[in-house]
Amino acid sequence: MDAIRLISLSPLLIVAATSVAVLLAIAIRRNHAVAFGLTLAGLAASFCSTFFTPPSQVTQLLLIDRYALFFMGLLTAASFSITLSAYGYLAAREGNKEEFYVLLLVATLGAMALAASGHFASLFLGIEILSVALYGLIAYLRERPLPLEAGIKYLVLAGSSSAFLAFGIALVYADLGALDFAKVAQLLAAQRSMNLELLLPGTVLILTGIGFKLALAPFHMWTPDVYEGAPTPVTAFVATVSKGGMFALLLRYFSQSGANRFPRLLLVLSIIAIASMLAGNLLALFSSNVKRILAYSSIAHMGYLLVALEASSRLGTNAVAFYLVAYFAMTLGAFGVVTVLSSAQRDADQLDDYRGLFWRRPVLALVFTAMLLSLAGIPLTAGFLAKFYIVAAGVASQAWLLILILVITSTIGLFYYLRVVTALYQQPVSDVQVPEPLPRRAPGLSLVLAVLTVLLVWFGVYPTPLLRMIQSAISSIL
Amino acid sequence: MILVWLLVVLLGGGVLAGLFARLHPLLSRSIALVAVIVDLVLALILAVCDFGAAHAVGSRWLEEVNWSWIPQSGIQFHLGLDGLSLLLVLLTLFLGMVAVLISWSDITTAVGFYHFHLLLILGGILGVLLSLDLFLFYFSWELMLVPMYFLISIWGRERRTYAAIQFFLFTQLSGLLMLIAILALYFAHHQATGIYTFEYQDLLGTQLSPHMAMWIMLGFFAAFAVKLPVFPFHTWLPDACAEASTATNLVLTSLMAATAAYAMVRFLLPLFPDAARAIAPVIIVLAIIGILYSAVLAFSQTDLMRLIAYASIGHLGFVLLGIFSGSPLALQGAVMTVLAHGVSIGALFLIAGALEKRLHSREIETMGGLWDTMPRLGGVALFFALAALGLPGLGDFIGEFLILIGTYQVHIAAAAVAACGVLAATFYALRFVQYAFQGSNLHSWRLPDLNLREATVLGALMIALLWLGLYPQPVFRTLAQTASHAQAFWR
Repeated sequence: MDAIRLISLSPLLIVAATSVAVLLAIAIRRNHAVAFGLTLAGLAASFCSTFFTPPSQVTQLLLIDRYALFFMGLLTAASFSITLSAYGYLAAREGNKEEFYVLLLVATLGAMALAASGHFASLFLGIEILSVALYGLIAYLRERPLPLEAGIKYLVLAGSSSAFLAFGIALVYADLGALDFAKVAQLLAAQRSMNLELLLPGTVLILTGIGFKLALAPFHMWTPDVYEGAPTPVTAFVATVSKGGMFALLLRYFSQSGANRFPRLLLVLSIIAIASMLAGNLLALFSSNVKRILAYSSIAHMGYLLVALEASSRLGTNAVAFYLVAYFAMTLGAFGVVTVLSSAQRDADQLDDYRGLFWRRPVLALVFTAMLLSLAGIPLTAGFLAKFYIVAAGVASQAWLLILILVITSTIGLFYYLRVVTALYQQPVSDVQVPEPLPRRAPGLSLVLAVLTVLLVWFGVYPTPLLRMIQSAISSIL
Repeated sequence: MILVWLLVVLLGGGVLAGLFARLHPLLSRSIALVAVIVDLVLALILAVCDFGAAHAVGSRWLEEVNWSWIPQSGIQFHLGLDGLSLLLVLLTLFLGMVAVLISWSDITTAVGFYHFHLLLILGGILGVLLSLDLFLFYFSWELMLVPMYFLISIWGRERRTYAAIQFFLFTQLSGLLMLIAILALYFAHHQATGIYTFEYQDLLGTQLSPHMAMWIMLGFFAAFAVKLPVFPFHTWLPDACAEASTATNLVLTSLMAATAAYAMVRFLLPLFPDAARAIAPVIIVLAIIGILYSAVLAFSQTDLMRLIAYASIGHLGFVLLGIFSGSPLALQGAVMTVLAHGVSIGALFLIAGALEKRLHSREIETMGGLWDTMPRLGGVALFFALAALGLPGLGDFIGEFLILIGTYQVHIAAAAVAACGVLAATFYALRFVQYAFQGSNLHSWRLPDLNLREATVLGALMIALLWLGLYPQPVFRTLAQTASHAQAFWR
């Protein structure tokens, strides 16, 4: 491995090195602020390095192209803001805080590896690094019953989904004799030695594994419980970094392997997309827990993304990338608000915690409104353009049924977003017990929310620079 | 460039009004009022100066702005103003000023937030009226919804949440159908020419199969029909009007309806002339059902706000009839009715609001004999009730008369049945005056008459309506060019 390749790996290497550095710092002296500062510095350095890293292929496993660098930047930025929001949250809670950052860094590393993966082996490696760190993160507040339950649930389900994935990869390998995406694409294009009895079950098993990670229906059962139980910053991580890395991989695999040539696979994906949109939006209607509502809404959002993925044109790929950026901003923002309002005893997850927020903390309520309206796809926010591009991709590929269901379910979706928004602006009732919010220990979190809101409006009003970046990023996988 | 200023002043004023409310609510109200008045003056300058100039050049648009916005998707920031949009911009800003003035004492909570939303809606409406890029049009169209949702759900009455959510779901679902239609048109145009564009002028001549054109047209129609509203998509309007505050009702009926009517004339007819012609008989039937049905319902309402809401639906039935009758005369009448309806229905909402503030009730059954105690309000109410029933000399008469004449040339039966609607309007309008102001004062009301601010606002509305009714020529002259364009598409 020459020096250039080593430099190419620098975003990954920096994150990995930072996790080791934090571990060493803990060994020398336990200090929350030091661990926090090191993590921030490492993630910031890694983020910056994505702009200067020369694209190249490092071994068969990792493809550091523009596409991978774009998503690595997105993932590290998201981790950076999660770290900022986690500091005050952890400081108010019991137990050791420092290892949280090690796990966070390792999990980010796994997601970044997924974004760069061009090979089934690195796919599996990335997923496992991500999952194992997540087991620890979700159950980090192990004295409390909810996080523990969520952690065990995630452990069991993610473990079994990995088994599905491994079996699926094995079946595909048995048929094609290749693990490299590019090679698989070649073989599929040549249509030689194709043994559909192995290939199709293999692909479906792989999809099952990926579906678990992305919380697509019908593999979504774990989502509300884990979202509700996990500490709020971790929930934000599961919703954004974990799913984002996975989707970046899926998008690359889909556009490189030419899997869209198989109508049967498209049919399966359509069914999953429709089921996700319906399940996510309908189940959210019956919940009055904000974290669970956001969990169901994320299921629906993954369904929308699949609609654009299936279009698998340049337009569709563009739409997926844009949607992911917007989805990151609004999801991080929404969970950031939940974090701000959480007390040391419990997270602010009940709808009642938000009743009349506008009259108590107007700015925070406005930020939350912007995030929710963006999730609902209302103009002036990035969510609007994101949904616009998804619908455009669907219309271009003439997937009328999918688009119609998207439109109907997203209107249903509006209903529960509006329920939360309405609660924010209700006149305060004096006898309602509001949880004592965190003392303002982290000005960083306010900063994160301000930046995210600005980005949300900026991408919603003038997306041209972002679109240009996305276009240059995805041109390397088309 | 002045078009951009129109938007900037409104949106900037909204933001400032929102920010400065912390210092003093009065500051916020004044900023909002100043912003709307400045915009109104700008629009009047446009009306006076540009009109002669543009005709000399012979350009389609009196004013135009075309900036690059999202070039990757062929999206331009393209604004244009012609006679039709100029009239409706003037209406919007005039009624916007009225809305700010009548909120002066009505709105006491979260004043800054209120004015921010009010001006944002007005900005959205201007965006709809000015955009010549279908993406920008959709963007502005959707932009109106959220602030309107807030206006209903925060400053409304008891069942406001229900009404607000119903409003939002209706308009959002129909808006998304229009989005699909816009995109279908966009890709159809790309297939035909290889160019991705949302530009109105380019999309005008897009070749579409009749089948495709019909579906796309229906997508557009869904959005406009809900917003106008057209029977049977009208059910959200009475609920919303019963729960929203007075100024909100003014914007909701007078201005949102104007955008829907405008969008039909500007986009639906020129983009899909054949499909529109094919479906016109069905829409004319819907319009006539709407006129008669709303008259019957208005007659049986006891809630004043609901009564006015149904009266508004009736007038808008005429507008729909005028647009789809295919006669240029009726089309001019439709625009006239939009203007006059905006003023007269808006004024009726003001009167209802004034009554409610004094009586704490909107049930006309609790009223009676109010003329004795509030002669000025009674006189004004009679004036606008007569306007609503189509008394000659007032704006509504001109509009509906032209619509009926125009329709008569094309569909005699339709004109005859619609004329019954004018008759029916007499019943509910007079019933309102009769119950509220005449008769004996059973409840011994002793109430203050109109104050100076209310009297000024209502006086201005009366003058506007009289002007429209007695000297409508400037309106028709302004419309002449638009009407001739529309005619070209129908033939």
